[in-house]
Amino acid sequence: MTALADMSGAIMPNRRGWLGALSDHFWRRPGLLIFLMLLPAILWLGIVYLGSLLALLIQSFFSIDEFSGLINHEFTLKTYAELLKPQNLDIIVRTVMMSALVTIASAIIAFPIAYMAARYARGKWKALFYLSIMLPLWASYLVKIYAWKLILAKEGILNWLFEQLHLTWLLEAWLAIPVIGGNSLSISYTGTFLVFLYVWMPFMILPIQAAIERVPTNLLDASADLGATPRQTFWKVIFPLTLPGVIAGSIFTFSLTLGDYIIPQIVGNSQFFIGQAVYSHQGTAGNIPLAAAFTVVPIVIMGIYLWLAKRAGAFNAL
Amino acid sequence: MTQAVSLKQVSRHFGTVRAIDDVDLEVAPGEFFAMLGPSGSGKTTCLRLIAGFEQPSSGHISIFGEAVEGVPPYRRNVNTVFQDYALFPHMNVRDNVAFSLMLRKVERAERYRAAEAALEMVRLSGYGDRRPGQLSGGQRQRVALARAIVNKPRVLLLDEPLGALDLKLREQMQEELKALQKQLGITFIFVTHDQGEALSMADRVAVFNTGRIMQVGTPEDIYRRPKTRFVADFVGSSNVLPPGFVEALTGTRRWASLRPEAVTVTRAADAMAHLRGTIVARSYMGSTTRLGIDLNGQRLTAVVAASDELPQEGDGVGLTFASEALHFMESEA
Repeated sequence: MTALADMSGAIMPNRRGWLGALSDHFWRRPGLLIFLMLLPAILWLGIVYLGSLLALLIQSFFSIDEFSGLINHEFTLKTYAELLKPQNLDIIVRTVMMSALVTIASAIIAFPIAYMAARYARGKWKALFYLSIMLPLWASYLVKIYAWKLILAKEGILNWLFEQLHLTWLLEAWLAIPVIGGNSLSISYTGTFLVFLYVWMPFMILPIQAAIERVPTNLLDASADLGATPRQTFWKVIFPLTLPGVIAGSIFTFSLTLGDYIIPQIVGNSQFFIGQAVYSHQGTAGNIPLAAAFTVVPIVIMGIYLWLAKRAGAFNAL
Repeated sequence: MTQAVSLKQVSRHFGTVRAIDDVDLEVAPGEFFAMLGPSGSGKTTCLRLIAGFEQPSSGHISIFGEAVEGVPPYRRNVNTVFQDYALFPHMNVRDNVAFSLMLRKVERAERYRAAEAALEMVRLSGYGDRRPGQLSGGQRQRVALARAIVNKPRVLLLDEPLGALDLKLREQMQEELKALQKQLGITFIFVTHDQGEALSMADRVAVFNTGRIMQVGTPEDIYRRPKTRFVADFVGSSNVLPPGFVEALTGTRRWASLRPEAVTVTRAADAMAHLRGTIVARSYMGSTTRLGIDLNGQRLTAVVAASDELPQEGDGVGLTFASEALHFMESEA
């Protein structure tokens, strides 16, 4: 009765004291609310994130005194000159090549999986898809890599499988190829490549799947209606429209491979990747400036990559 | 004569749902044909069967005499204007229009010339460089139309093409579509839920309900001689009169329809009046006024020309109509 009586006025009374007054205040000044909500994020991004990145960048312009091992806090390009020495340039080229190959291969493998999931999986099949993509991410990264070391080892299950299929000759022929081969898969670039491919695959599948789901099916109908074979529809409609998703996925796989230092240490031929170089320079060698300069490399490469992608029109469909 | 499109006992089932149920239909070459019905009546499914996006569960479809079972959409010389236009967002207007020519490897200069000609036909020349996202709804609709006609298909399918446009633009596009169809001589098959649109544009109309065709005929046939209660009610919201009422009036025990505009409303004292009733609703519609009249429990609608002397709600009135205006229906459905 009283509740109904309260409703009779044109303006309803404030029922929640000072909290209600605060709500009213924020309602009248939406900018203030947005600012307060953004403040933690701005502080985190600005100080913790960009600030430390800037500090890192500055470090790379310092140099190390070769005799005393002390850091010389004067701005110089000496460290970058050192970065371009053959033994360091090798590390960069190796890492970039590996990242590029891992990215291309994962895009090729991920696309059909993502397409199936986005276009055909429904209900519980979709849940199963997400589960099978995400499940590996829940297991420890180290455990997975050691598991792969066992799989790829000379006594491992993969060798056994090749033996059972009487294909040992094929595996040996592959391992006999210079550079990518080696004594066994677990100590070759091929092995490193396979483990990278496995570990980063979810990061490629999920953005592509999201991009494919955003393509309206009537565009595919329209394409077929206008005379496009399924193959033409893929290249002229689906691919350009999902390219931003592929680029997003490739940013993950590319930068994660560029920065990783554990996989090549456990599975591979003990040649350094950028991550390992950073790890050893800032640790035992105590050469923070060179470690910082190595860290700048992936940032610059990603910058160039995104710039090229944008110029090629990869984001036109966004 | 070879029909442009012919459906023989075509059904399309989705699980237990019969989207199209045993439909027979023939569309003549060069005809402007409308498929009219409420949403879910199967008219769009019918269109998708002709385009090739769906395959019939049973029955036969042929286009200009050629059976198209198992023929994919990209091999059918039939183009579609989609309800929400389905323009490719990553291409500009010119490339959208030239898409089908590009697929056929027509040289760039030539396909752009054809695209420009098609854009001119829909009065959008000079818009080639824009992106679909920069156009208004009406302009997008025209681009979709240009894209569908640039390749001169044998049959053009239009799925509620004017549904998203506002009234004025819709009326303008109706005229343009008709003119375009005359100019091109292409068979148009047009899906709509708007009976006014179907009647004003089409040479012939098929009225759909629950996956079946209720009636096929010229707009005048459909409007003046509805075969079923559904057609009478859906096309122009006719008064549908039950057999008992009609018997009392004419002596024949049949369902009948009476167009609202065929009813003349006079004073209650009019000795010539067939019926007497009370005004229970009145809505002003500009050039006409719609009156709801209660005749001892039977509700009747009359549409009368606007005038200063219309009866008010609650007034008693007399009703007259020409006996030919009362149309007996064949079926009860």
